[in-house]
Amino acid sequence: MLRVIYAEARKLRRPTLALSTTAIVAGLSVLFTSLVYLRINSGHNTRRGEFVSAAQLSQATGIGYGFKLVAAFLGLVALCIFASQTAQEYTYGTLRNLLVRQPARMKILAGKCIAMVVFAIFMVTVTAIITIAASYLLAPGAKVSTNLWATSAGLSYLGHTFFNVLLSTIGFGLFGMILGLLFRSPITAISVGVLWNLILENILSAALSGSAKWLPGQNISNIGEGGTIDLSYTRSLLMSALYLAIGFAIVASLFKKRDVAN
Amino acid sequence: MSNLAISVTNLTKVYGERAAVSSANFEVPLGTICGFVGPNGAGKTTTIRMLLGLIAPTSGTGTVLGHSINEPEKFLPYVGAMIEGPAFYPALSGAENLRVLASLGGFPQERVMELLELVGLGDRAKSKFKTYSLGMKQRLGIAAALLPNPRLLILDEPTNGLDPSGIHEVRELMKRLAAQGTSVFVSSHLLSEIEMIAEYLVMLRNGKVIFSGKTESLLEAQQPIIIAKPEYAVDMPKLVAIAQQSGHTASIVDDELHVLSPAEWSATFNRLAFEAGITLANLATVRPSLEETFFELTTESGAN
Repeated sequence: MLRVIYAEARKLRRPTLALSTTAIVAGLSVLFTSLVYLRINSGHNTRRGEFVSAAQLSQATGIGYGFKLVAAFLGLVALCIFASQTAQEYTYGTLRNLLVRQPARMKILAGKCIAMVVFAIFMVTVTAIITIAASYLLAPGAKVSTNLWATSAGLSYLGHTFFNVLLSTIGFGLFGMILGLLFRSPITAISVGVLWNLILENILSAALSGSAKWLPGQNISNIGEGGTIDLSYTRSLLMSALYLAIGFAIVASLFKKRDVAN
Repeated sequence: MSNLAISVTNLTKVYGERAAVSSANFEVPLGTICGFVGPNGAGKTTTIRMLLGLIAPTSGTGTVLGHSINEPEKFLPYVGAMIEGPAFYPALSGAENLRVLASLGGFPQERVMELLELVGLGDRAKSKFKTYSLGMKQRLGIAAALLPNPRLLILDEPTNGLDPSGIHEVRELMKRLAAQGTSVFVSSHLLSEIEMIAEYLVMLRNGKVIFSGKTESLLEAQQPIIIAKPEYAVDMPKLVAIAQQSGHTASIVDDELHVLSPAEWSATFNRLAFEAGITLANLATVRPSLEETFFELTTESGAN
C-alpha cells in the first residue's frame, strides 16, 4: 500500500500540477479575502446578500471568514483533481502499467485515494495560511481589530473551520474520484461533476423546497459551512458519508472486475 | 519447479458473440526467446493481457512461471511487460515515469538511470515523455519492462517505430537477456527479426493457435524450392517440361525456374537437364522464409 501511495505522490508533486494548483488556490484566497476587506461596510461585500461589517470581522470568528469563503471553490478544485488523476489512467493507458506492477486492484485504489487526500490536506492548509495572512494584512486598513483573533475562542473556531473545510474538500474530491472511475475520461468526469454540483443541484434545491437535504453536493458543501439552520451538520455528515460509501462500493466493484482492455 | 515460462490450456476469451482467443494451447520453455506472431486481430494482445491478469479468461487455464494466471501477484514481480506500445504520463520525464513504476513495484531507484542508459535514453532522462519520438517512447517502454530484472519478459511489438539500428539493438538486447537465462515472449510483425532470434514460435490465426513449437521444425516442415536458371533463356520451356514430367510443380519467376520438390531431387534435375543438352547457369535449393511460411499458414487458402 505504501508503495502505491509513494508512486501516486510522485505524480501529484509534479510542478505542472502541484505549482498550478497552489497558484490557483493562492490566487483565489487572495482575491476573496481582498474583496471582503476592500468592500467592507459597503452593503454589497458579502456572499448571498449577508452583510458583514468591520465589527463582525473584529470578533474571534473573523480570523476564519475569508478562509470559509474560499472553501466552496476548494471543493471544486479537489473534484477536478481527483477526477482527472483517476480517469487519466484510462485515457493514457497507464492503468495497465500500474496493474502489472501492483495486481491488487483495491490497493491501487486505496493508495491513490490516500495520496490524493494528502494532496487535499496540503491544498487546504495553503489556503488557510494565505487567507489568514491576507486577513491580518488587510484588517488595519479596513479598521478591523485583530485583537480577538488569536484568542483561544478565535483559534478554536479556526480549528473547527479548518477541519470542516478539509472534510468538505475531501468529500468533493472523493465525489470526483467516483466520477473518474465511472466515466474513465477526465473531461466527462469533470464536466458531469461541475454541472451537477454548480448547476443541477442549485436548480433542484431552488425548484423543489426541502430537496437540498437529499442532494450529495449540497450536503458535502454544508459540512464546510459547519451546518446551517436548514440543514444540520450531523445530517450532512451522515448523508455525505452514505452517498460516498455507496458510490465507492459501486465503482470499486467495477474497478476490481472490469477488464483492462486498452 | 516447472521448466515452462508460459503454459496455456484451452485458453478462451469471448467478447459478446466473437471469440478473440479460442481454445489456445501452447507452451514456452524457460530461458528461450519465443516469437508470438499472427495477423492483426489474431488475438495476440488479448492473449498477452490474459497472461498478465489484465483481463479474465472466459474459460481455460494458464500458468506463468509456474503460477496460475488467476494469481498474478505471485508471478508479476518477476515479469517485465510492455503491452500495446508504451503508455506513460506525458507531463512527467522519462526518468520520473520509471521512478513511479519503480516505487510501485518496490524496485531500487538506482535501476532507473542504469536502464535509461541501457536503452540509449540517458541524455534525455529529464525530458518530458510528451517530447519523445515514437522510437524513444518505445525504448522507455522496454526500460520499464526491464525494471524488475525479469525472469520473463513479455514484449508486444517492441520494435515499432525504431530505426534499423534501434531494431538491431533491441534484437541484441533480447539475445543477451536470453543468454543470461531470461525467457522472452515477443510479438512482432517483423517476421525476419523473429526468424533471426526466436527459437520457439507460437502462431495465431483468428484466435486459434495454428503452430507452436520450435521455429526450426516449422521451417524444416516446409517444402523446399529448387531454383534453376538455364544458360540460354530459350531452354526454359524444356526445363519446365522436365520438372513437370517428373511430377513436380514448376513456375517461372523473374527468369528463374522455381520447382517445388524435395532438396534431394536437385541432383537428378541437374542430370536430366544435362542429358537434355541444357547447361544450368544457376542451381540452388532454398527453404521458405518464416515470412513466406507465415503467409502460407495464415491466409485462408493456406491454412485450409
